[in-house]
Amino acid sequence: MTEKLRAAKSKAASLLEQESIIEPASRLQSLRDRDTLTRFDRDTDPDLQADEDSSFAARLKFRDAARRAAKDKRAEAGLPTAEEAYNFFTFNFDPEPQQQRRKKRQSRRREAEEDGEGESGEEDEEGEEEEDLFIIDQSAQDFLEVRRAEYIGYSRRLQRERETLFVPSMRPVPASSKLPENVRPRYLEEEGLYVGERPHVCLTNQNILENRILKQAEGRKWFGDDGCIIALPDPIKESSSRPPLFHLEDELDPALQAVYRKALKTKHVNLYIAGMGDPQADYQLDVDVSGLIFSHHPLFSREHVLAARLAQMYDQHLTRQHKNLTRLLTDKVTQKCASKTKLPALSQVTQQRIAEYKHEVRHTRQLRDVEQEKDRALLKSIIRVWKELKALRDFQRFTNTPFKLFIRREKVDGEQDEQEFENDIMAEVSELEAEAEEDYQRKMSEYRRQHEEWKSWKRKQKKQKKKRQQEEEEEDEEREEELGEEPEKPEPPEKPDTGDLEEQVREKAARIRRKPGEPVLIPELTVSGPITPNEQCPRAEFARREDVAKRALFIKVLYNDKEVSRTDSRTLNMDFRVHFGQIFNLKIVNWPESIKLQVFESVGSSTSQLTEVCVPVPESSVLTGSAPFEEMEFSSNQRVTFNHEGVGSGVPFSFEADGTNTQTLLTSGKLSCCVSWAVGEDDVPLAPPSSQPGGGMYSGHRQMDAIACIGASGLNDMKKLGKWAAESRLDPNDPNNASIMQLLSVVSSGDVAVPEYFRLEQLQEEFNFLSDEELQRSRRFRLLRLRSQEVPEFRHFKCVPSMEREVSEKVFQDYEKRLKEGEIIDTKEHIDAHRALVAKYLQRVRESVINRFLIAKHHFILSDVVSEDEVPSIGGPGAGVLGWNLFKLAEPKRPLKPCRKERKKVTAQNLSDGDIKLLVNIVRGYDIPIRRPYASKPPASAKSGRSFTEPFTAPVSSQTPQQGSEWPFGQVTPLVRPFVEVSFQRSVLQTSTAEGPNPCWNEEIVLPFSAPNGDYSSTSLQSVRDEVFINIFDELLYDVVEDERERGNTIHTRIERHWLGSIKIPFSTIYLQSRIDGTFKVSTPPVLLGYSKERSLGSEGGYDAVRSLSEGTFLSLFITIEPQLVPGDTVREKFDSQEGERLLIASEVFEKEASGRFPKRPCLTTVIDINGKTVFVTRFIRPLNPPQELLDAFPNSPQETAEVVARYVSLVPSLPDSVSFAGVCDLWSTCDQFLTLLAGDEEEHAVLLCNYFLSMGKRAWLIIGIAIPEGPTAYVLTYEQNRYLIWNPSTGQHYGQYDTFCPLQTIGCLISSDNVWFNIQPYAAPVRMSFDVSKPNLWKAFFSRAFPDPGLSSVQPEGLVYRHTDRAVAVELQDRIEKVLREKIMEWRPRHPTRWNRYCISTLRQFLPKLELSGGREVAEEHRLELQSLLGEYRISGFPLHLPFSEIRPIIEAVHSTGVHKVEAPNVEFALAVYVHPYPGNVLSVWVYIASLVSAH
Amino acid sequence: MTSNNPAVFLLMVNGQIEAADFPEYDDLYCKYCFVYGHDWAPTSGLEEGISQITSKGRGSQSLVWNFPLDITFKSTNPFGWPQIVVSVYGPDTFGNDVVRGYGAVHIPFTPGKHTKTIPMFVPESTSRLQKFTSWLMGRRPEFTDPKVVAQGEGREVTRVRSQGFVTLQFNIVTKDMKKLGYETTSEHSAATGLTRTSQQL
Repeated sequence: MTEKLRAAKSKAASLLEQESIIEPASRLQSLRDRDTLTRFDRDTDPDLQADEDSSFAARLKFRDAARRAAKDKRAEAGLPTAEEAYNFFTFNFDPEPQQQRRKKRQSRRREAEEDGEGESGEEDEEGEEEEDLFIIDQSAQDFLEVRRAEYIGYSRRLQRERETLFVPSMRPVPASSKLPENVRPRYLEEEGLYVGERPHVCLTNQNILENRILKQAEGRKWFGDDGCIIALPDPIKESSSRPPLFHLEDELDPALQAVYRKALKTKHVNLYIAGMGDPQADYQLDVDVSGLIFSHHPLFSREHVLAARLAQMYDQHLTRQHKNLTRLLTDKVTQKCASKTKLPALSQVTQQRIAEYKHEVRHTRQLRDVEQEKDRALLKSIIRVWKELKALRDFQRFTNTPFKLFIRREKVDGEQDEQEFENDIMAEVSELEAEAEEDYQRKMSEYRRQHEEWKSWKRKQKKQKKKRQQEEEEEDEEREEELGEEPEKPEPPEKPDTGDLEEQVREKAARIRRKPGEPVLIPELTVSGPITPNEQCPRAEFARREDVAKRALFIKVLYNDKEVSRTDSRTLNMDFRVHFGQIFNLKIVNWPESIKLQVFESVGSSTSQLTEVCVPVPESSVLTGSAPFEEMEFSSNQRVTFNHEGVGSGVPFSFEADGTNTQTLLTSGKLSCCVSWAVGEDDVPLAPPSSQPGGGMYSGHRQMDAIACIGASGLNDMKKLGKWAAESRLDPNDPNNASIMQLLSVVSSGDVAVPEYFRLEQLQEEFNFLSDEELQRSRRFRLLRLRSQEVPEFRHFKCVPSMEREVSEKVFQDYEKRLKEGEIIDTKEHIDAHRALVAKYLQRVRESVINRFLIAKHHFILSDVVSEDEVPSIGGPGAGVLGWNLFKLAEPKRPLKPCRKERKKVTAQNLSDGDIKLLVNIVRGYDIPIRRPYASKPPASAKSGRSFTEPFTAPVSSQTPQQGSEWPFGQVTPLVRPFVEVSFQRSVLQTSTAEGPNPCWNEEIVLPFSAPNGDYSSTSLQSVRDEVFINIFDELLYDVVEDERERGNTIHTRIERHWLGSIKIPFSTIYLQSRIDGTFKVSTPPVLLGYSKERSLGSEGGYDAVRSLSEGTFLSLFITIEPQLVPGDTVREKFDSQEGERLLIASEVFEKEASGRFPKRPCLTTVIDINGKTVFVTRFIRPLNPPQELLDAFPNSPQETAEVVARYVSLVPSLPDSVSFAGVCDLWSTCDQFLTLLAGDEEEHAVLLCNYFLSMGKRAWLIIGIAIPEGPTAYVLTYEQNRYLIWNPSTGQHYGQYDTFCPLQTIGCLISSDNVWFNIQPYAAPVRMSFDVSKPNLWKAFFSRAFPDPGLSSVQPEGLVYRHTDRAVAVELQDRIEKVLREKIMEWRPRHPTRWNRYCISTLRQFLPKLELSGGREVAEEHRLELQSLLGEYRISGFPLHLPFSEIRPIIEAVHSTGVHKVEAPNVEFALAVYVHPYPGNVLSVWVYIASLVSAH
Repeated sequence: MTSNNPAVFLLMVNGQIEAADFPEYDDLYCKYCFVYGHDWAPTSGLEEGISQITSKGRGSQSLVWNFPLDITFKSTNPFGWPQIVVSVYGPDTFGNDVVRGYGAVHIPFTPGKHTKTIPMFVPESTSRLQKFTSWLMGRRPEFTDPKVVAQGEGREVTRVRSQGFVTLQFNIVTKDMKKLGYETTSEHSAATGLTRTSQQL
């Protein structure tokens, strides 16, 4: 069996062989070639691939070799030859194995049949089994080959990967590979055909593309006969497909230039209908366009024109008949006549009524006559036109229109008619007669009167004539003139002629009325007439008809000027009527403003708009179904002419043959349409409520005409309308008045209510889930709202309770209290009313500015959000990281000159209480006053050699210690034992006690800091108003051991402290400067009882020689905040300005340049005034007069005057802007504002002082610079006696340019009234500078020749007016302060009695005015001596304090900080005196003298 | 705590910063912090954390931290719902520690397990020169405060480039939300709540 099968198989194989052999060898060859090609593509060995660059022929050769090699290899392995393999792989085996198997089966069947039938069943199964086995067997042998697992090496894997990749060659492809075999490239060009020039393509790119294409399966089809890629001759389009880009530089045709038009907003955008919010209210307008009738159309023939006229007249006739005015008026006349006769002519009233009636009857009759005449005229013209039409039809011998007029005669009863006629005439005649009679009567009475007059005149004249004869001639003439106007003798009126009247009436009746007995003519127009068919018409008419048939019409519906829909296009009929009959349902959202219908006519494909018809917006009562169709007349002024029978429009034509009697007709017609509000399913009208404000206004409804004539306001004022109706005596029966009557009845019943409001955002209400009142009432929402508004009290409110009931009213107490306080100023705090007002005003300004800043605070710039390193600059004044700083790295380190390291800055956001500490390092003190011995004898001369003029004369002689000899030699008690106490935010710390007037503490004091409301944001920190008080005290030890025996083993001392001086540094300064380092002058009182300002001899070296030049106590301090806080930046909001744009830009550039070159020098060109506007700084400088009293004080000494003025300025209280305006923004107020507010910071003081100096004739400038401890500030520079003086406006002190202790450290710029100069000198310290602003290499001027001063006017007032301050007010204030202070001191000493030494107080009181006069100098020693002599037995320690007055609180604080009250000696007594000196303009200088007296015994 | 009238609701968040996908970078660590409104207060757990440095596994592209988060908030008001801000840092070519991405996402509202993938981004340098110097000196631009990315204010001035993803997993438990009238669960549970109230009626 197996053998058989094998035989069958071999047979089949041989058959296959034969089949393959049948194929021609050449084809096989080609096939093989192709196959190799493809194989080469897919399976070529990588080494072959590598050689791709070689030419194609070479490759072929190589491939052959490779194939051979492969063949050999396979032959060795006992594999079929390449050909077999090829057959095996390329042959389509799919059908054949089946075939094979079929064959096998067949053969097997045959064999089985031969073998016998019996076994067939079993054998079948067996055979199949065997067959399966056989197949497996065979496949195992022939198709599968067992090999060991193949490892693919890395390089091989790479190769394989590369097999899938392909890099097209850049070499040109040989023509042979691009063309079919044995075909030569054919060049069309050579054959003489035109070949376009192809655009240039880079040859390599072309090669790459060709190579790539060739790799594809049917690559060759891409190539043409000439071996090039098939392409269009020139694929580049002639015209650019992109619109050309026009550049502004190019000269553009002005016609093509874009014109800017502002975007228009549609008027109707937000006009939503009120109450649209509720979902039921959807409104729908139904626009029913029923049809169109032309009363004239350019395609009308002459006949049409006549017919249209006829139809029009007939319509008119019908409407007249329908109205039947004649009848109505006739009835009215008869009725009136009847009612007139009914009235009894008795009373005055009725007589008047009768007269009125008569008048009305006459009027009505006239109207009736007019109407009758019109009726008759119309009838006549109808008949005339019909006759013309008939004539025309006869003339042109065809009929175009189906109109036919019949005139029906209606017979009337002749006699009755005649009688009626007669009656009527008689009535009229009698009426006229009566009238005429009346008229006659009236005239008669008139005549009589006149006649009487005339008679009397005559009589008079006669008398006068008699008189005149005796008078002179002159008079005579006059008289004659007077009497010249002789009244004419009145003619008696004619009697009216009644017969004449009757004739007149009859004549009129004959003219306008139907003759009695004549039949009534009733015209009837029908359209039943035949129309001549087209064939029988002449050519011109035929053309016209053809043209008509071509025309089609449609109508666009525009709602609020937007097309919402359009009708179907309908052809024009012969009768020029178009029926549309379409209803459009418009569901509307916006309030209807206009509904327009546009009629379009199309001829073929061209469409033109014929006309536009505005349809009035219907009243809300006009509903679909009940609304009548309205005929809208339209016309268009197109000019159309035809060369056929059509008459055209807008062109004259004539009916007459000779062309006379021309007329011009315009296209016109009637559009029948109906616009109404739809009715919903349940009979609810889908119309907005009638109370819409727009409704009446836009209504052009005919019914409302009567209302419209009153004016739009009358609509809302129904009373007025009612009044008007009553006054004009409207006829309630007149159908024209029906609507008004109805309206009036509705109004009087009060059904219609016109809303008195206009709602702006109708839809808003729908979104409110709670009414506003409820929202207001809710405490929780209020809390949330206040917090989001960043109200200070609530800005950091944590955890707003979730329930309303959990929010207690207490939360708002503080806030409400503050709000109330804003309104009521506590006069107790401020003592005088003026200041209270000022404080209030200031508060308001502050609030508005703060609000502005709150908005501005939310504006970010990049550096707020992203921290990015600066680009290191090479060299330059900035941080030249890459420049010279590189060399600095190589510098040797200097351990003996340590530098402070920059600390890391901390953003204020993640801080909490206790994190921030204030570090105060107190290094050392200089020239601290020393104690004076209690000498019973006053020293001979204690006066220092220093005089006032000293600063101006540069003293060279050092102050010699004159009193050293006074000290008892060998005294054990030290000169002074000073210590420093620092108090800040209720925490007080002190250093240890040092000895001597030049102590060295070198101690660090750490004070905790807590921000208000726990808010550590920079704005909040800036607004901290706390100050650091640094006080120097002298520690005194008193031995209180009373028993001498205990002295050996007990120490019992009492410590007393005496205040020597203090320094105040506001926290905001420390915060903004981040550190304060330097030696500060301690503000010491002018008089320190028990101490003298002496210097110990020679204790220090030469270093002090310089310092000794200036007087005062100094303290070296270093203050900083740990960790270092990043100070908030100034608000960069661009404020609006009235300055010119050019100036603003220039100032920006100037400032930028300045900060670029010298980043540490402040530069200021523009400032913000109190209104929040940017103002150029020079506008603030203007000479202003100081108070005259100050000038008069020292008339001979300009220096002293200057000092007094400076002192005056310094007495205006200071209030830093950064404290009042938390956004760190400098607000500058003008001098008058400053003096009114009586508060301002250094800039305001400086400006005022500078202006005063200018008015005093000095040369003065404003200095913008940096000083300690204020930081950036403003000083004043003056030039006098060849020296420059620097004035500190806040203290009133002045320094020479070369004064080393001048607090001004850096000078940024100078400002005068006409220019700003920026310091471009290498040094900024005043000592090392030149102030000659004329040198451009030292000072850079803002206004230069390139940018001249535009002539800025000043913002300052012309002059200042000072009110004289009342002395009495000052005295009152003085008493109050004293009282308050006394109470306070007693309050501070709760455990000890406070005794007041009256004697001392009175002495001090007398002394204080002297101090004020002298400015706190010179008198000190005298005074001390005086006191000493008086109070010899007391140990006095005390001092006067001098303050400008703003509020009482700072005074109390100042007194408290001195610690005088802390003296706890049992027998201590106190003295307190207050003196308030008034200066003009409510500036007050306050002196407080406080002293403690301890009995020496 | 089982009162019927709670004053606060609680939001318990635990989960982890699972992994990140930063194709070009390796050896990254991340920091997280929470940003929440005024009415929120953390009652337990860590508000801020910093993770270990993780390196990419061989062949894997993701950086796995599996850094646990566990925090409980209490609040009276859903306004200012907490957001987690994740910032990722790592060394650059020169070994400088630079920021590799910032991202933020709200803590999910609904109880249950949530997996969130946050796209990360870094601020761009303002100029090419800045970019070069920042690359050279290893001081790339950073947000002054990573919490900026959780708020919209001031973002308009920045330009950022997106860079990688971080995957976080949250398990959320809330307490008393419904009692205070805040419904965060789905319709189905809302319906059951409705039936309950109707039963009470």
